[in-house]
Amino acid sequence: MEEEVIKKFLYVNRKAPYGTIYALESLEVVLIGAAFDQDVSLAFIDDGVYQLKKDQQTSVDSGIGVKDFSRTYRALEGYDVEKLYVDRKSMEERGLSEDDLLVDVQVFDEAQMAELMEQQDVVLSF
Amino acid sequence: MLHTVNKSPFDKNSLENCVRFSRKGHSILLFEDAIYGALKGTRFEALLTEALKNTSVYVLVPDLEARGMRMENVIEGVKATDYAGFVNLSVDNKTVQAWL
Amino acid sequence: MKFGILVNEGPYQHQASDSAYQFTKAALENGHEIYRVFFYHDGVYNASRLTVPPQDDRNIVTRWSDLGKKYKLDMVVCIAAAQRRGLLDENEAKRQGKDADNIAEGFRISGLGQLIESGIQSERMMVFGD
Repeated sequence: MEEEVIKKFLYVNRKAPYGTIYALESLEVVLIGAAFDQDVSLAFIDDGVYQLKKDQQTSVDSGIGVKDFSRTYRALEGYDVEKLYVDRKSMEERGLSEDDLLVDVQVFDEAQMAELMEQQDVVLSF
Repeated sequence: MLHTVNKSPFDKNSLENCVRFSRKGHSILLFEDAIYGALKGTRFEALLTEALKNTSVYVLVPDLEARGMRMENVIEGVKATDYAGFVNLSVDNKTVQAWL
Repeated sequence: MKFGILVNEGPYQHQASDSAYQFTKAALENGHEIYRVFFYHDGVYNASRLTVPPQDDRNIVTRWSDLGKKYKLDMVVCIAAAQRRGLLDENEAKRQGKDADNIAEGFRISGLGQLIESGIQSERMMVFGD
């Protein structure tokens, strides 16, 4: 019987939503990847923290005319993607706190984030 | 662990954050526009000199030369490499992270 | 060693595709294996058959095609990213009722699962992007 391989996948999100498509298409990879039963973590660093800002308001028919995909982050739990880590420095220097974020995350300091990165098999950066 | 950086430090904070999250014994490869971060006399020289204390820093020479620079313009301690060297660095490190 | 390559940017606009190509070529020439090259985001444009660069410049698309042919590379274009950006193979063009397709030789269109699988099967995953 073939042994099942479980690898540690880390998705590193460092870009703000809407200005470019990276945040949305990164999320699409995460959703597809969830079906593969790997050990998945998401890191939000730099402007990537803005992806998780509460109260994003836009739709195809209003505002900037772009789909609001932010609610998908809340659906991740249903796909067993539950390890979301936010870089404390990135969050704080943007004037945000955990209360501003639309999902439960773990806020990591540098040493914790560095350790998380070091443990990974596959790091996909967007 | 190998960190790759391809952005000019004047344009994006990729190099700064890469250094912030790198640990003792890690390697950092500067290529594409990130080679500007390897040069002497810029305001990032102190950051890179600090990084060199704990990590090995490499610069991709084809990217350096394409941009009118040579190894003599590079901060002492930064090592020269080429595409084959880039491949070897990624073989030698179990985890590779691209700081885009 | 077995590598997976991810190309996230289109040709010419950004150096990512050039760097990915040089890395892939160097890896192959040094006896390594490339499990798959996956093209995502604007990287899907690397597979456009209709690209016509000036004659004194490199042809990024045919360069990938030639490398793919020489080493039998599996070069996969993400279907979701491709459809958004007007990249279609013959089957997709038919299915979507479009009058043309534009995928270059050696590339194939498939799902994002192919990227995850590449991550699982490869010993190293290299990301080239902006």
